[in-house]
Parts: sequence; C-alpha cells; structure tokens
Amino acid sequence: MKKRILFLTLCFICLLFVTPLLIMFTSSFMGAGELSETYGGVLNNGDEGIRFALFPQYPTLRAYVELLLDSPGFFVMFWNSCKQVFPVLIGQLLVSVPAAWAFAQYEFKGKKILYFFYMILMIMPFQVTMVSTYLVLSKLHILNTHLAVILPGIFSAFPVFILTKFFKSIPKPLIEAAKIDGASDFQVFLKIGIPLGYPGILSVLILGFLEYWNAIEQPMTFLQEKELWPLSLYLPNIAVDKVSVSFVASVIMMIPAILIFIFGQRYLEEGIAASGLKE
Amino acid sequence: MWLFLLPSFLGTGIFTVFPFLDVIKRSFTEAFSNRFVGMANYQTVFENEAFLLAVKNTLRFLGVCIPLLIVSSLVLALAIQKMGEKKKVFQGAFLIPMAVPIASVVLFWKLLFDKNGFLNGWLQIFSIAPVDWMNEKTAFAVLVFSYLWKNMGYFIVLWLAGLNGIPATYYEAARVDGASDWKCFFYITLPQLVSSFTMITILAFVNSFKVFREAYLIAGDYPHESIYMLQHLFNNWFVSLDIQKMSTAAVVLAVFIAVLIGVFLVLEKRLEMRSRE
Repeated sequence: MKKRILFLTLCFICLLFVTPLLIMFTSSFMGAGELSETYGGVLNNGDEGIRFALFPQYPTLRAYVELLLDSPGFFVMFWNSCKQVFPVLIGQLLVSVPAAWAFAQYEFKGKKILYFFYMILMIMPFQVTMVSTYLVLSKLHILNTHLAVILPGIFSAFPVFILTKFFKSIPKPLIEAAKIDGASDFQVFLKIGIPLGYPGILSVLILGFLEYWNAIEQPMTFLQEKELWPLSLYLPNIAVDKVSVSFVASVIMMIPAILIFIFGQRYLEEGIAASGLKE
Repeated sequence: MWLFLLPSFLGTGIFTVFPFLDVIKRSFTEAFSNRFVGMANYQTVFENEAFLLAVKNTLRFLGVCIPLLIVSSLVLALAIQKMGEKKKVFQGAFLIPMAVPIASVVLFWKLLFDKNGFLNGWLQIFSIAPVDWMNEKTAFAVLVFSYLWKNMGYFIVLWLAGLNGIPATYYEAARVDGASDWKCFFYITLPQLVSSFTMITILAFVNSFKVFREAYLIAGDYPHESIYMLQHLFNNWFVSLDIQKMSTAAVVLAVFIAVLIGVFLVLEKRLEMRSRE
C-alpha cells in the first residue's frame, strides 16, 4: 500500500515534469485561427484568460508547411546552430581525449594541482571569463564570426574532467601487457585507450551537444550580428514575429535534442554520474 | 606524454589563463592611460548600486535554490530507487527537461506565468486574484521553479549513482540487528553519501549560474528587480563596454568562488573524518 502511494505520487510528479513538452508538441498542430483563439490572451496581448488545451480541436500540419516553405530565416539559424555545435564537439574530442588520457594514465609532477586547476576552471561561471575571452577574441579579430563561439568552446575544461574518470577505470594490467608486447605509448592510447574509453567519449559528445545546442551566453556576447545567431538564441524572436509558426519552430528545435536523449540516455546517465565523482 | 597535454594546455593558456591575468592587471589600472590606480576600481564597483543589488539577488537565489534542489532530488532519488524495474522510466521522465533547449519551452513558460496565463486561470477556481508572475516579486519564485524543473533529473541521477555505491551488506547487517528504515537512513545512507555531497553541491552551484538563460529569454535585459542578478549586470556592463568595471567584478567573483570551494573542501574533509570514526 505504501509503495503504491509512492508510485502514484512519482507518476504524478513525472507528469508535471513532462507537461510543458506535451503542450508544446500538441499546440504545434494547431492552425493559426485556433492558436489565437486559444492563446490569444497571451500571444496577441489580449485581455482574456487563455484556455488550457491538451489537444488541438482541429489538428493541422499547416504550421509545419508554413515553416518549411515560408521561413528561410529559420533555416539560416538552424544551420548556424549546426555550424557552431559540431566543430565545437569535434574540437573538444581532439583536444580533451588525449589530455584526459595523460591525466588518467601517467604520473607526473604537479598532476594533482593541474587537475584541480581544471576542476576550478570547470566550476567558474561564464561571467568570470567573459571579459577575458572577449579581449582575446577581439585581439585575434574573430569577434562576430562563428569562430568566436567555436574556439573558446573547444578548450572547455568539462570534457577533460569527465573523460579522465572514464579513462581511469581502464584496468592497468591490460595496458602493462600491451607495453610488454612492445606497443608504444601512442599505440596504447589508440588501440586500448580509445576503444575502451568510448562510453566516456559518447557521454562527452552527448553532454556537449545538449549544452551547445542550448547556447545562449556565448553567442549573445561574442556575436553582435543577428544573422550569425544560433537558433537557441534567436527562437524567442520568431515567436514574436510569427505566432503561427512559433510552436512548430520550438518543436523542430527540440527534436535533435530529444532524439539524442532517447538513443543516448544510457551514456548520458553514465556521463552525469561521472561528473559527480571527484577523483 | 606531454604531447597528449600540449593542445589542451595551449588552448587553455591562450583563451583562459593569460587573458585572465590581463584582466587582473586591468582591474588595478585606469581605462585609457593604463595608470596603476590601486584599489580605486574595486571601490567604484563596491559602491555601485546595481552591483550591490545583483550580489544580493544572486546570493539569495543560490541560498534558496541549491538546498532546495539538493534535498528534493535526494528525496525523489530515494523514492525512485525503490521502484525496481520502472526506475529507468522515471529517471528518463525527470531527465528530459535537461535535454530540451530552453528556447523551445520559453513559450510554455510565457503561457503559464502570463497575467492571462494558465496559472492564473487555475487559481481563479479558488478565487485567488491574478498575479503578473514575471513582473512582480514572484519572478524570483518562477526562476527557482524553472531551475528545479531543468536540473532535477541531473541531480536524481547523481544521487542514484551515490546510492548504488553503498554496499547492500551494510543494510542487511543493520536489518539483522533490527534497525528501522529511519535508522538505516541516518546511520548508513547519509554518512555514505557525504563524499557525493561535495560534488553535487558544486555542480548545483555551476548550474545555478545558467539560470540566466531562462531569466534572459523570458524577461530580457532588465527583468523585475528581484531577479536582477550578476549575470544581467555583466551583460549590461558589457553592452556599454565598461571593461574596467567588468574586469574588477570578474576578479571579485573568481576570488569569491575560489574561497567558497576551498572552505567547502575543508569542511568535507572534516565531515568525512568524523563519519569514519
């Protein structure tokens, strides 16, 4: 009985947690007329209270068609997001995988202090490094280009921090055996480290994607021209300009993140758990 | 071996460490002449009203939302842990908000918290007068709520990882001795979670600064003054390119956080030693 109450309470709380997403999704099938009838009190600055509707009364794909055929701006922003997210992810891997390997597998002087320093860097909020990053970017003359968001993102401390924990869990005897067989340090890294550390690499990719697909602060600070903005920053403007497609645009932006979440939930959870380990 | 570390060191040096040293230098000099001015910039910043308001609001936000998140996610994690096979489903449902970009649910928050929104509609049933949630003191509560919504799943997973690390034999031994559920919780679970607790608090802190995203997308540059936080201040000083003030405030913030982490790590060591005795 006690367990049953607990179960039902949990179900109820979960339902509350996913309601925003459900409403966004179902509302995306409303036509322009129904939208202004249902949500006009908020979206068109009306005076009436709005209606809570779980399902559209007249479901239609018209908003989807309108967005696909009639909103070139949306695709520019979507493409901007891709142009910023994927180079960051690739760069992060190229930089952080070897660094984490060194932290996990080698003993050297000052290792503890350096690793602690990376942890501090991970903790510092964007606002602490905002001015300094801005000053470098302006010296390099890459403000207002995609690179201004990409380059600082590549050298984030977070992936190094997480990957180190994954690499540490690789059994030492395996590596020693390979070394006795005459494998060089680099071969060990390529043939043992990367294949056995791939859950960590996937975790970092997923966490990184979710983080940068949602980027707000960096593009807002380093990109003044709105034409360069990613969807994560520009989307609310679409809602103001064109109420009829605003729900669809939100849903389409959500889809890549949700897909990655569904297929990568295991690695995402492993990555989160790893971020909670100190050593 | 150093080859493995070189790219990361170079990048971190170029984009973070050296520019930050430059920022420290700037915090002690005048804007155009580069003349050394001692603590003058610091004095200006600490006398700035917007800065004081932002500090107050940020501390208040941290003080409310971090304990709230840590406790509620622990309670939910304990409940979910009892669910056996359905664990994964619950975990997933709580995690989805973390995956979803904020921009794509902003519209829902507007529908919910607007003067004509859902929330007021529901409250009307109980004849409670409508509130303009985002433009009154309640904006603070809205922000706390959206922080909890976004982060709950992440912290449930963190706690569950900690809970799974506790050997089952501990509980079995306690049961044999006739310990109650509450006793097990206080004498086994809590002490065993001390080492997870530090990292969880640190991560809650890291994520609390990202709540600016919600605040900005819902309420813009100048929100209601109860949620005007350091992040807004940095942003507005940035727009006016007030490099000196920003540099100074960045140094203050960095020092504050470093001290906070230091204190925290020392406290954790003490707690761990005590729980071992």
